[in-house]
Amino acid sequence: MIRSRTKVGKQLLNVLAGVALVYLFVPIIFIVAFSFNKPRGKFNLIWQEFTWDNWLKPFSDPGLTDAFTRSLEIAAISTLIATFLGSLMAIALARYSFKGHNGFNFFLVLPLTAPEIVLGSSLATLFLGQNFVDFGLVTIVIAHVMFQVSFVALTVRARIRGFDWTLEHAAQDLGASPMRTFWKITFPLILPGILAASLLAFALSIDDFIITFFNSGSEQTFPIYIYGASRVEISPQINVLASIVLFASVAILAIGNFSGKRKGSGRKQRKLARA
Amino acid sequence: MSLVEAPAQRSRLGSSADRVGLAALLIATVCLVAIGGKWVSGPLTSVVVLVLLAVIVGVIVLAWRGGTEARRLLAPYGLLKPGMLWLGLFFLAPLWSLLRISLSTKESRFDINYNFSWAFENYQTAFTEFGGQFSRAFLYAGIATVLTILIGYPLAYVIAFRGGKYKNVLLGLVVVPFFTSYLIRTIAWSTILSDEGVVVSFVKGLGLVPVLEALQIMDNGRLLNTPAAVIGGLTYNFLPFMLLPIYVSLEKIDIGLVNAANDLYSTNSAAFRKVVFPLSMPGVFAGTLLTFIPAAGDFVNAQFLGNPNTTMIGNSIQDQFLRQNNYPVASAMAAVLMVSIAALVLLYTRLFGTEDLA
Repeated sequence: MIRSRTKVGKQLLNVLAGVALVYLFVPIIFIVAFSFNKPRGKFNLIWQEFTWDNWLKPFSDPGLTDAFTRSLEIAAISTLIATFLGSLMAIALARYSFKGHNGFNFFLVLPLTAPEIVLGSSLATLFLGQNFVDFGLVTIVIAHVMFQVSFVALTVRARIRGFDWTLEHAAQDLGASPMRTFWKITFPLILPGILAASLLAFALSIDDFIITFFNSGSEQTFPIYIYGASRVEISPQINVLASIVLFASVAILAIGNFSGKRKGSGRKQRKLARA
Repeated sequence: MSLVEAPAQRSRLGSSADRVGLAALLIATVCLVAIGGKWVSGPLTSVVVLVLLAVIVGVIVLAWRGGTEARRLLAPYGLLKPGMLWLGLFFLAPLWSLLRISLSTKESRFDINYNFSWAFENYQTAFTEFGGQFSRAFLYAGIATVLTILIGYPLAYVIAFRGGKYKNVLLGLVVVPFFTSYLIRTIAWSTILSDEGVVVSFVKGLGLVPVLEALQIMDNGRLLNTPAAVIGGLTYNFLPFMLLPIYVSLEKIDIGLVNAANDLYSTNSAAFRKVVFPLSMPGVFAGTLLTFIPAAGDFVNAQFLGNPNTTMIGNSIQDQFLRQNNYPVASAMAAVLMVSIAALVLLYTRLFGTEDLA
């Protein structure tokens, strides 16, 4: 009796989890499906008929395409800066023990605990009433780096926590200079962590809306363009580009998983990081 | 924990280089906050800039002349410095200038300039005119947080304990939906929940409309533009922030502990209540912070899925700041939001805090 009850409970939990997984995919299925829709009016909101047209002309909406490439540019620049700044901070925190260590750790978490609207509006007040920069590309990059730095630093720090720093001494005992030691030993070993963090930072930048909205001026990024357009027109090209991003990231994820398994290097790294 | 052995010979300046490094870093940060936050003005600004430069040059000279010991002690501060200065200028200084503007007055809507005048009436306006938006923001974010636990926990549990070799695939499936843009997802929900959408016709077909209206989920046969839709959108958009931390803490649990409980004649549910759930609390704790904080400040869901009576504080801040150009009141609201969230987080940490965070 008890046995069968727990079995039912077990099944129930599986069903709950399955429902949750389906729930996660409802809007995604919808987005991909409507990329094949041929809308009658300007709003791609009601299913009319199937067509390949949107996929054959994914860039036929020039405003959208410009905004999309602008978002890629911004993400690339800000990710480069943030990865550099954040990784240095992570190395400092993971490698050394020093006065104020805990204080810096705490400070790094702070930007993550402030709501985006506070970060966005406060940064905009900094740029108000000064003559050094206008709202636009530069202020967007500044804003993105600001919230990316903490993410990068914390992610890299977590990944290199278990790093065996005595390897550096081994290299130096064998006569390597500190520079050579860093580039030949340390850097290759912490590189996977840095790459993972920069991918995360890139994704955060591409998708950021609220902070960018306050600091963009007249510059249009992909989310800002969609926000502005959503009142006037929702073109099926939006769904096509969203689907392309989706499929590309799934592919990256799958390739990463597959190659990690085959070489076993990814797993080893993960073990190293966890230890 | 320093692994590098100190050389036998050390100079006095060299051995206290860490104090110098820390002080230099803090002074430089304060200088940047002072300049960025318009703390100082006029000729004083150039003095502060000079101090900033002097501090940076001083540390470089010390590192150059002080020998290996000094360089080793200075290294962490040197590595931290670029990032810290960026955060000082673009995270701390803005908070300062936000507080300043929240106490300023502005001549008119079209005037860009504002004058600092200890104008506490901005805060009064924030509370009297936008009190409803504040309480709705916290209420909706709170309900959404509870819902993300209810939906996310079972899924995280099944992946962590029953995923087997499909663990990574399942985890990937959880993350994949969030590779599409936040706005596009929310707009997609507004279509799904619309009056002609699938969900409404399904509910109508089953004759469940009166039930859902009694539960206050539907309003006049509509699903879109209701509080429930806003809360639903928040729940959906912030679900991974709850699910992933819970998964991480569940995955860490040694299955032997559960087996031990079972060997001692504990029922499965007792084993869950006494062993698994307490050990997963750090995940629930972190997830709650990661979900509640952004949800309370969000305005996208309320805008696309709500109606004028479901606006949250984020909508008001955005509207006052970017549409009405009323920076002082918008800043006051943002400051209140920030402080109240910080207070809630502190209280919450005191009550349920664990050391595993961050």
